[in-house]
Amino acid sequence: MSRPAHLGVRLALLALATVLVQTAALSQLSLLGATPDVAPLVVASVGLLAGALAGAVMGFGVGLLVDIALLQTLGITSLVYVIVGHWSGRIGESVRDPQTAALPLAAGALGTFVALTVFSLLQFLLGVEAPVSFELVRQIISTVLINTLLALPVHALVRRVLGGAVEDRRRRRRRARPGLSPLIQP
Amino acid sequence: MYDRKTVRRRRAVLLLLVASSLILVTASFGDGLRSIERGALEVFGPIQEGASRVLEPFRDAAGWVGDTLDAKGELEDLRKERDELRRRLVAERGALEENKELRAQLKMNERLGFAKQGAVVARVYVRSPTVWYSTITIDKGSSDGVREGDPVVNGAGLVGIIRRVAGGSAQVLLITDGNWGVQARINESRRVAGIVQTAVGDPNDLRFEPSGSDDRVREGQTVVTAGSTSAKYPSRFPPDIPIGRVTRVDEDEGTVHVRPFADLRGLEYVEVLTEPDL
Repeated sequence: MSRPAHLGVRLALLALATVLVQTAALSQLSLLGATPDVAPLVVASVGLLAGALAGAVMGFGVGLLVDIALLQTLGITSLVYVIVGHWSGRIGESVRDPQTAALPLAAGALGTFVALTVFSLLQFLLGVEAPVSFELVRQIISTVLINTLLALPVHALVRRVLGGAVEDRRRRRRRARPGLSPLIQP
Repeated sequence: MYDRKTVRRRRAVLLLLVASSLILVTASFGDGLRSIERGALEVFGPIQEGASRVLEPFRDAAGWVGDTLDAKGELEDLRKERDELRRRLVAERGALEENKELRAQLKMNERLGFAKQGAVVARVYVRSPTVWYSTITIDKGSSDGVREGDPVVNGAGLVGIIRRVAGGSAQVLLITDGNWGVQARINESRRVAGIVQTAVGDPNDLRFEPSGSDDRVREGQTVVTAGSTSAKYPSRFPPDIPIGRVTRVDEDEGTVHVRPFADLRGLEYVEVLTEPDL
């Protein structure tokens, strides 16, 4: 099996498992008054590890499955996660050392914040008539905090699942830009 | 870093994904995708229920840790609430012996017996993780007599309404959903009626907007279903199902804040009234 096909199969299985675990188990937990949501974390990690294109495709797939599983308005979560997957991929491609532990932490926190905020904004645009409680802001902050705590283990798990299907970005970057390191200057 | 062809291809795929999402959002507002939703419920229902059972031990373990952390803070509140309830119970029991009106109310409460309204007990196996789509999925469906629009209650009070039904499962729209509303009234002052809606983002804060009466709403009063319906919020709710207790009255906005009786974040079993007394 070619590398892209291999990656595609793994991403599909990962997306399905993520949505099942999220809807069947994690959505029923409450920590700090909020519910952990690993879907944006998984999408952000795929973006970091496999690039912006794979991140966006993964985001669309996971979002679609979430919308179908929860009978939500189709397309909203897909749109949100496409943004998260694409931009985490772009961030991963632009930083000097994609292997640093701070990157998945930051991508997880930022991805969750962007996902929740854009989702809420889209709901407003689509015309929710009910008044909005300030509690929503607290819920978003709590979820971002919980997801930040989960970001590293989720990233490690995603990296393990994808394994050899993704190219090691650190090695690729070093091959692509040998002149960046002062140690190997002529 | 990437050649021009790769960048072009990446932009084209991104554009395609965004366009597909927007098309899906647009299509979702018609009835065209309802058959897909039903099919998804049929397919995902058993898978999610199976996964829910398999993952139950892990969920319980994680829940136990969270509950233990929360329990200490809740203990003092619950003790105060218990004392308050005990005091009220004693007062109300005494009044029941002497007051005919309350006896009549008691008879009416007995008439509400959910068992006579085709109550079907169901287990909750999926909860929506967001505060925007407050839904749950239950393990009873059309084969158990459940239909769209059936009221859903638990021992504490009103929980929601059946939104979609498949053979062996159904989706419940909770009373905290932003698009939900029900005709309600104040139990202690039956002339005060209005609509109960949710305040998005806070499952413990419903909004009751009374209309058409000069009677004042006070903290501590009980809000129940009115048993009537409207074009905007059609429903099959029987009258006098408890919804919640008034926690705050905002005179300026004309809004009454109501805390629902049902703990919507901790639902495990609910009852669907398949033959509600209207």
